[in-house]
Parts: sequence; C-alpha cells; structure tokens
Amino acid sequence: MARVPIIRLGEVLIATVQEELYDHDALQLQEDLGQLLEHGAARGVLLDLSTVATVDSFLARLIGAIAAASRLLGAETVVVGLQPAVAVTLVELGLTLPGIRTALDADKGLAILAHLGPDARSI
Amino acid sequence: MLAPSERASPRQWAARVAGEEGIVAARQQAREVAKDLGFGLVDQSRIATAVSELTRNVVRYATGGQGDVLIRELEPSEKGIGIEVIVRDDGPGIANVEQALREGFSSGTGLGMGLPGTRRLMDEMAIDSAPGRGTTVSIRKWRR
Repeated sequence: MARVPIIRLGEVLIATVQEELYDHDALQLQEDLGQLLEHGAARGVLLDLSTVATVDSFLARLIGAIAAASRLLGAETVVVGLQPAVAVTLVELGLTLPGIRTALDADKGLAILAHLGPDARSI
Repeated sequence: MLAPSERASPRQWAARVAGEEGIVAARQQAREVAKDLGFGLVDQSRIATAVSELTRNVVRYATGGQGDVLIRELEPSEKGIGIEVIVRDDGPGIANVEQALREGFSSGTGLGMGLPGTRRLMDEMAIDSAPGRGTTVSIRKWRR
C-alpha cells in the first residue's frame, strides 16, 4: 500500500494514482484532497488514472464521491487517462461516472480546468 | 499456442481471501492467468474486475470477512481456451439467487451485491447458495 501523492500546480491539485490502488489508499486520497481543498484555494482537481489497471465498483463510486465533495468545496474534478479496457469494463458494469468530466490525458485535463476560469464555480 | 501435452501443468492458483490485500492479490493473479492464456487487454480488465467484485463481497459480507478463491485454466473444449474463477464463503448465504441477479437488487448480505454487473463482464456465471450454507460463485470466460 502507498499513499497517493498529490501535487499542486497553480490552482490545481494533481493526484496520480498508482497501478494497484488499495481501498485504504483510495479512502486516504479522498481525505487528503478534502483537507487540501478546505485549506487552500485550489479550484481544480485532476485525477490521473492512466496507470490504473482495475477500476471496480468501489473505486468508481469513490471517484464519484471525491468529485461531488470537491465540487462542494469549490473545485471541479477532471479524471484523465482512463485506459480503454477500463472504460469498456466500467460501461459493462453499469458505472459510467455520471457528471464527472474526463479527458484523454493530463494536458487536456489541465486545459479544461484552465478554461473553467476563476469564476467557474458560480456558473 | 502449444499443444496440451507440451504445456506445463494447467495454471491454477488458490488462496484464502481476507481483507483488502486478498482482493488485490486475487484480481492481480486472475489478470496474470488471463494474460498467460492469451486473453486481450479488455478481457483481462473484465476478468480482474469481476474477481475484484466477488472477492470484495466476501471481505465485506461473509462471516469474518473471509473466503476462498480458486483461479484456474479450463480444459480446452469446443468453446476454446477458458478461465474459471470460483469464490466461496461461509457467509449468511443468499435466500433468493434469482432475485440477487436482478438489476438493482442488493441484499447487503453475502455475495449478492453487484452480481448483475459481474455477470455482464463474464460469459458464464453459476451461483450455489442457501441461507446458512454460504455462497459459491463460479465465473467463466472463453477466449475469442
């Protein structure tokens, strides 16, 4: 098990999730992001799942919960880098991450967050 | 693909599932065996995710959060190369298996959670369960 590292880039928090994410670390990530959002002025969260091999219902629901909580704390979440095989599996499981912005890679994800602008949360 | 006689003993892996380490170990192993058998990336993901769902149910709902998982290569048949995973627990069991397989139904007890989704990921699924007798779920996938 290993804590998911979170780095700050401007007003965006970037979390790069490792290949095999244990439940414990996923829950820790949720808590860590909540604390960082509470204390700082980040307005975006970028979750990089490009190396994650398996996203099951637990992790999919947790990602939804992270995005929903971040939104309440004034930050939009973008999930980037989902592997095609993971995307197909999620759809078949019936978990399509409704309401969560996605992008192919971190560059495009950051571009989405940049376009939201500083007042995006009030729109 | 080697002829059966030239191949090493069928790939088989068995373990006790207890705690989230057991979930990760089982799904990693299932992916390894599937990869070894020549399944593509999407099928590897489907199989690993199905195993994650089933073992998670064991950890969450079975008595003591424990069960057993067996992952094995199936004897080649007219359906081709196949993988089978059997997950067993001594949990409370499922009173109505048919109902547990219906979309939207979740008893919150035993392996009944998330079974419809798991079935969609696999080619075959069989459930043997009764109240007080625990639950055994067998899933299979054939290589296209």
